[in-house]
Amino acid sequence: MENGIHELTAGYALDVLDADERWAYETHLASCERCREELTSFWETAAALAVATSGPAPSPDLRDRILTAAREDRQVVVPLESRRRRRLTPVLGAAAAVAALVALAVGLWASQLSGDLDDARRALERERAAALVLVDPSARTVSLEAGEGRLVVGSDGQAVLVLDGLDPAPEGKTYELWIVEGESASPAGLFSGSEGTDIVALDGTVEPGNVVAVTLEDEGGVQVSENDPIVASESV
Amino acid sequence: MESPASAVLAFPTRERWSMRKEHAHLSDEALVAQVARGDEDALGELYDRVGRIAYGLAVRVLRDERLAEDAVQEGFLAVWRSAATFRAERAKASTWILTLVHRRAVDLVRREERRRTEPLGDDTPAASAEAAEPTDEAAWLRFERERVQTALRQLPDVQREALELAYYGGFSQSELAQRLGVPLGTIKSRMFSGLARLRELLDESQEGSWKTEFTS
Repeated sequence: MENGIHELTAGYALDVLDADERWAYETHLASCERCREELTSFWETAAALAVATSGPAPSPDLRDRILTAAREDRQVVVPLESRRRRRLTPVLGAAAAVAALVALAVGLWASQLSGDLDDARRALERERAAALVLVDPSARTVSLEAGEGRLVVGSDGQAVLVLDGLDPAPEGKTYELWIVEGESASPAGLFSGSEGTDIVALDGTVEPGNVVAVTLEDEGGVQVSENDPIVASESV
Repeated sequence: MESPASAVLAFPTRERWSMRKEHAHLSDEALVAQVARGDEDALGELYDRVGRIAYGLAVRVLRDERLAEDAVQEGFLAVWRSAATFRAERAKASTWILTLVHRRAVDLVRREERRRTEPLGDDTPAASAEAAEPTDEAAWLRFERERVQTALRQLPDVQREALELAYYGGFSQSELAQRLGVPLGTIKSRMFSGLARLRELLDESQEGSWKTEFTS
């Protein structure tokens, strides 16, 4: 079985896998450094096959169409966007979800995953959950009261925190997510933080009036925090 | 250790035309970082650099110029939307963009039932490339294309056939096996050996490429 999965690398790079195989392979990718290396290199080779094609030039309008569509489109993963809220325009739908997942598959490689398979799978599930919220055309953005970034809330209450400039958690520490309802806070997952932008999906769902917060805790997390939040959203 | 294929493709900025001087000197990866901050001009510059290749690829897969433009547009919008998730240490920006456009083109072609019933033939745009060689594109692109085509010609026929049908045809691997009348395992191993061999050939021809002298 394991060998069978490794063999999917060429097929994945060439996009000949069906949906189930893609999913199985992406899950495997999270825990297999060898396949990640191989895939990176096969992707470069596949890109050479793209260069081998030739044909007519695209219509000169295409560039403008792309830039106009970009301007009208909600740019989902822009930490600086929290300063102004935008009206959300559904443009791409499911197709964009697939594309964003490819991007996340690339991004995931760089996150410092532990060698533990279950951890890696959980991380991938989370990335997928995050992607689905981020490309949900009815998702809305909530600014942060503290911290740089924003909270994106999907139509069903699933939420993704996009954070810019949060340093990786120190050795032996972890960031913990909280959904705060009035006086009580429920744990909503742990993350270690990375250089650059962090995109983390919360466990559980948020409701109007809730606040999402992040604290720094000892490894393993806690059920009740005694620390002040480093990040807090405005009211959802 | 550097990935063996890291030298397969390079997109020299020297030959590129750009309206925005402040972006012209940036690497593709730096442009993606700008796009992540909402810089539309950076997206335009990326399109100027990779759009032509992306479109050629999409036309080859979709055999329809309008659908190809859709695939390119959606690919670039995906770049716009998810630029912040891109990690330059793992993949080159141009590769990432082409991967997104290819995935989109393949998804579109799989929806086109019409396409499925056509016989396999060598009537794709690239097959007549010699006759219709575009004259308005950059020298580096013509050079790169010739280099890749030369490498492709050196592959064993069954490997080249598997790669071309897989990458340009939009078929799933089980459809490929069926069409070629060989077991699935054979297709998998032809694709794998084909990509590995092509990577080697491209690495070899990279030595002595003019790009090496001009861009180092």
